[in-house]
Amino acid sequence: MSAPQKRVIELSGDVDLEHAADTRQMLLDAIDGTTDLLVDLSAVTYIDSSGIASLVEALQAAHDIGATLGLVALSTQALRVFELARLDKVFPIYPDMPTAMSA
Amino acid sequence: MTGNSARSQLPSTDGNAAAEQLLLEIRFFAKPDRLKLIRPVVLAAARMCGFDEQGGQDIVLATDEACQNVIIHGYRGQPDKQITLTAYDIADGIQIRLRDTAPAADPAHIHPRDLDDIRPGGLGTHFMQAAMDDVVYLPAPGGVGNLLRLTKHLPRQP
Repeated sequence: MSAPQKRVIELSGDVDLEHAADTRQMLLDAIDGTTDLLVDLSAVTYIDSSGIASLVEALQAAHDIGATLGLVALSTQALRVFELARLDKVFPIYPDMPTAMSA
Repeated sequence: MTGNSARSQLPSTDGNAAAEQLLLEIRFFAKPDRLKLIRPVVLAAARMCGFDEQGGQDIVLATDEACQNVIIHGYRGQPDKQITLTAYDIADGIQIRLRDTAPAADPAHIHPRDLDDIRPGGLGTHFMQAAMDDVVYLPAPGGVGNLLRLTKHLPRQP
């Protein structure tokens, strides 16, 4: 039995209130039920509660159709925000893409 | 008056002028794209007060979330409204004050949500309280708008 395919979505820059609507739509569009999703955050410079909200909504949408959504390569700032929200135990979080791909 | 001798005696909005130094005052339109201007300034102010990178980032997050609350809930997206941010060096930490002219919010109705309820949104108030030592809604001068005071103290040395 082959491992499920994984699709990578890259977020970059400030994932904040200004870009929340675009981020939300991009993530939801990527959830099609055929692949698991990995969100590469390595180029994210800042994330706030609105960015977190988009990722939580995408996670729930993925779960609703039996897919998974993992986060990859969080910066110290991003990881701190997830920890403050106690979401670091809710999302699968991987240190880098090879680790995420082989998980 | 130069350097550290400027500490204290600058007027503050709640009468607590002792041992605090005004670092900056910024007035900006309550628009989401303006927050990227505010964040590096707040981080620099926090570092100037002695916070390390993570402490500074916590203060940036709390301030950013507080501004978002004003933009979304206070002004309800009206982009012509303004927010005034002041930052004070309080000797053992930093104090950020946000002043707006939105309809007065009832602090009794502002509280963080249950984190065990995993759902999008509603984390801003939690971030403010988790990242700062003290979050207080003060009576706004003149009775118009809102005044929020965020305080964080430097970690005590062992």
